[in-house]
Amino acid sequence: MFYRLSGIRHTSYPAARQLWPIAADRWQVGLVTALALAAPVLVSDLYLGSYVLPWLIWTAAALSLSLLMGLGGQLHFGFAAVMAIGAYSSIHLTRAGVPFEFALLGGGVAAAVIGTAFGAAALRVKGLYLVMATLAMQYLVDWVITNVPAISGGAQATLRTPEVSFLLLPLESLDARYYVALLWTVLMTLFFLNVKRTSFGRALAAIRDKDFAAAVIGVDPFRTKLMAFMTASFAGGVSGAILAFCYYGAVTPEQFGFNVSIQLVAMVLVGGLGSVIGGYFGAGFVLLVPIVLTNLIAGLAGAGWISVSQNLAAHLPLIFYGGMIIGFLLFEPLGLAKIYDNIRKYFLVWPFRHSGS
Amino acid sequence: MAYFIELLVNGALVGLMYALAALGFVLIYKSAGVPNLAQGALVMMAAYLVWYLGSLGLPIWIAIAVGAALMFGFGLLVERLLLRRMVGQPVIMVVMLTLGMEILLRGLIPGVFGAAPKPLDLGIGLAPVIVADVFMNRAYLIGGLVAVLLIAASMLFFRTRLGTKLRAVSDDHVASWAVGLSVERAIGLSWGIAGIAAVGAGVLWGSVQGVDWTLSTLLFPAIAVVILGGVDSIKGVLVGGLAVGILGSVIPGYLDAMVGGSTRDVVTSVIILLTILVRPHGIFGREDIERI
Repeated sequence: MFYRLSGIRHTSYPAARQLWPIAADRWQVGLVTALALAAPVLVSDLYLGSYVLPWLIWTAAALSLSLLMGLGGQLHFGFAAVMAIGAYSSIHLTRAGVPFEFALLGGGVAAAVIGTAFGAAALRVKGLYLVMATLAMQYLVDWVITNVPAISGGAQATLRTPEVSFLLLPLESLDARYYVALLWTVLMTLFFLNVKRTSFGRALAAIRDKDFAAAVIGVDPFRTKLMAFMTASFAGGVSGAILAFCYYGAVTPEQFGFNVSIQLVAMVLVGGLGSVIGGYFGAGFVLLVPIVLTNLIAGLAGAGWISVSQNLAAHLPLIFYGGMIIGFLLFEPLGLAKIYDNIRKYFLVWPFRHSGS
Repeated sequence: MAYFIELLVNGALVGLMYALAALGFVLIYKSAGVPNLAQGALVMMAAYLVWYLGSLGLPIWIAIAVGAALMFGFGLLVERLLLRRMVGQPVIMVVMLTLGMEILLRGLIPGVFGAAPKPLDLGIGLAPVIVADVFMNRAYLIGGLVAVLLIAASMLFFRTRLGTKLRAVSDDHVASWAVGLSVERAIGLSWGIAGIAAVGAGVLWGSVQGVDWTLSTLLFPAIAVVILGGVDSIKGVLVGGLAVGILGSVIPGYLDAMVGGSTRDVVTSVIILLTILVRPHGIFGREDIERI
């Protein structure tokens, strides 16, 4: 009963190809899904709205970026700009009377078109130069959004999201917004899990590992990379739109600045490149740990254990955040997903040390 | 016309000071092949250090000298503790490591020394220099001159015995090992020298705009400078700095009034994008960037 690999003998291809071939994993996924569905009942509104909801949406965004960085090996330092394009397009579409469902798609398409245009320019080069090109994209998009009043509603302005409904469900209550975010995150998760097994996902992985070797076996690197940019930008755009409608409620250009791009890259790296569970862990870790640690130190200082100046306390989140990135890169480059995987593998064969086969 | 020349001259001087911030980036990339995105934070840290030493009562010149020594040591330390463990890792890891360092320093240094802008007085004075009806910012003028001197000095340095070793290491790590050069020491040394270059940039920029965290945003124009000039060329830093400075001064000088926004970042972004599109290795860079 403890040995979780017991009785797992694949006798047919469909059984071997399942997403979760191990029964224990299926139970785990089912349990997490049930908890996620029941979260509005289980968790108080304060925690649901300010922790669980952003965590889910940022997970979807991190998964979109992980598709590009983890599967495709293409660095993108302007992903917040992609999300901004999605958010602003969808808001303007709903304001023009387009139903929310189509506005979400429209935001994704706009982000995909602009993201791919920059990608086509940037994909001629690799590595460092791709970082710089996407960095330039971030600044350009930021500037256009801030300085074109038709987009941002004037400089320094916040653009409120109109009241909308999703599939006849009005998005006023927190629960409704939570379920929309949950739906999108689940969709992204399933997409990510499955794309790894398609020809597209395998082509991407081949290019990540060695692009000219991939070209030799008949994968067109430019086309595949461009498709990866398009897919990731589409998903990022929709995530941005969901973030605007379900969490922020109003958008300003600063919400999608360069720091947010770095935060997204940090989520992907801390979680683990190209890993689905890593997307969840990374988003949660990057969002929560600086808050928790800062509160902890503020609490300790309040109790008189240590003395922290006001000024230092204000900078603590940045310090933790930078230290976290450095620490993970040095000590666990494969991120939280690898730590989870080690623990899981240990318990999978417990009480034995090895699975034997 | 006078307005144009004024923009041109001041832009060129600012560009030279950008070049100084970019120098450290090039030094490290040239020797170790590491893109150092923490150079902006190093500049900020150097400025804070010199300000702090000055506030302890040291004369400014001694503060700068001590600051340079400390930053040299810090550069060595960073290389030894962080970057050496990253040898052989993909470029994304190295980029993210330096970026993590940038974020850490951007929190730690203002957190410890105070976030409010601090004055750093070099005794330059504020009165503009007027040459034939053209107003020149005195601080920029001196900054530009110092930048040219420092860049020239580093070009000469690469002709010395030690500099030749560094060039050999930057050419080929394995071949350098084969002839008995210590690659590790050379890379550490280039981090140290980048720290000294950061002191130059930090002191000059700190005296112009005050010492606070915004000094680390110099990273963006510095990146444009190195991309345009060629990421492994010191000559390129000089030319790229002049170009980025002049374009970033003249174009916003006319365009800002029309679109009503600071277009300097846009000009910088467009320079980066166009360079990557047209000539990814920059003006003087070596053309060995892998393409697909």
